[in-house]
Amino acid sequence: MKEFYTWSAIVAIVFASVVGDVLLSHAMKQVGDVGALRRRAGFAHVAARTLSNPNFLFAIISMAAAFFSLLFALSWGDVSLVAPAAASLTFIANAVAAKIFLHEKVDRRRWIAASLVAAGVALLAG
Amino acid sequence: MNFRKYLVLAGVTVFAVAGDSMLSHGMKQVGAISLHHLQGVLFAVANPWVGLGILFLLAFFATYMTALSWADLTYVMPATALGYVLLALVARFVLHEHISPLRWLGIVLITSGVGFVAGGPALTEHPLGEAAKLGDKTRAAAAASGVEL
Repeated sequence: MKEFYTWSAIVAIVFASVVGDVLLSHAMKQVGDVGALRRRAGFAHVAARTLSNPNFLFAIISMAAAFFSLLFALSWGDVSLVAPAAASLTFIANAVAAKIFLHEKVDRRRWIAASLVAAGVALLAG
Repeated sequence: MNFRKYLVLAGVTVFAVAGDSMLSHGMKQVGAISLHHLQGVLFAVANPWVGLGILFLLAFFATYMTALSWADLTYVMPATALGYVLLALVARFVLHEHISPLRWLGIVLITSGVGFVAGGPALTEHPLGEAAKLGDKTRAAAAASGVEL
């Protein structure tokens, strides 16, 4: 039963992190190149534009949810399972979500990269 | 992609590693926090390593957001993974810890993955209609007037 709890929490971490990353990426594309924007309109403008973006706020909420799911997962399972499993699954799920929701051109080059990185993270963190 | 942007990506990697390491070091000094007394976390912030770690993680988040403002999520993600490699190298050459062959293989996989992505374009160029659909009026207007943002 404990194993089921751990894996449920891992799924929750992956889901919340992917939602957070996709929303954050979308929000920052809406804000626009912050370097260019800062040089043109100043830092305060960039901060106000970012903080008032609803997608940015939802992204922060999702990332907080991912963090608390991580705390729960760690209280049920070993860090040597939870950390690499959550991190490497997030890499793959992010690539899928970026293709579907952000319409990013995830070509073969990026699929290979996401898989290599996911495998590498699993080996390193394990 | 110019030098400044690669510097931001390097910041994403380095700040994440520095922040995590300081946080981990500080939390070990603080000791275990019971799940029944979570308010103990508040006292942890008083530890200088924890405080410094949080500052570095804020810097990480700022650089991560900056990178996402001009690069695809699938382009920036591998850069964050380079942090694991950096961490392992610090463990090996600074802390003189043993790295198993399996971990070296992990380092090789992540590094080659990052190399794969870095060789391609950083940003998917959405045609004019797509930019408007995404609700990005500035970008759509800029595309229409032929100005590069």
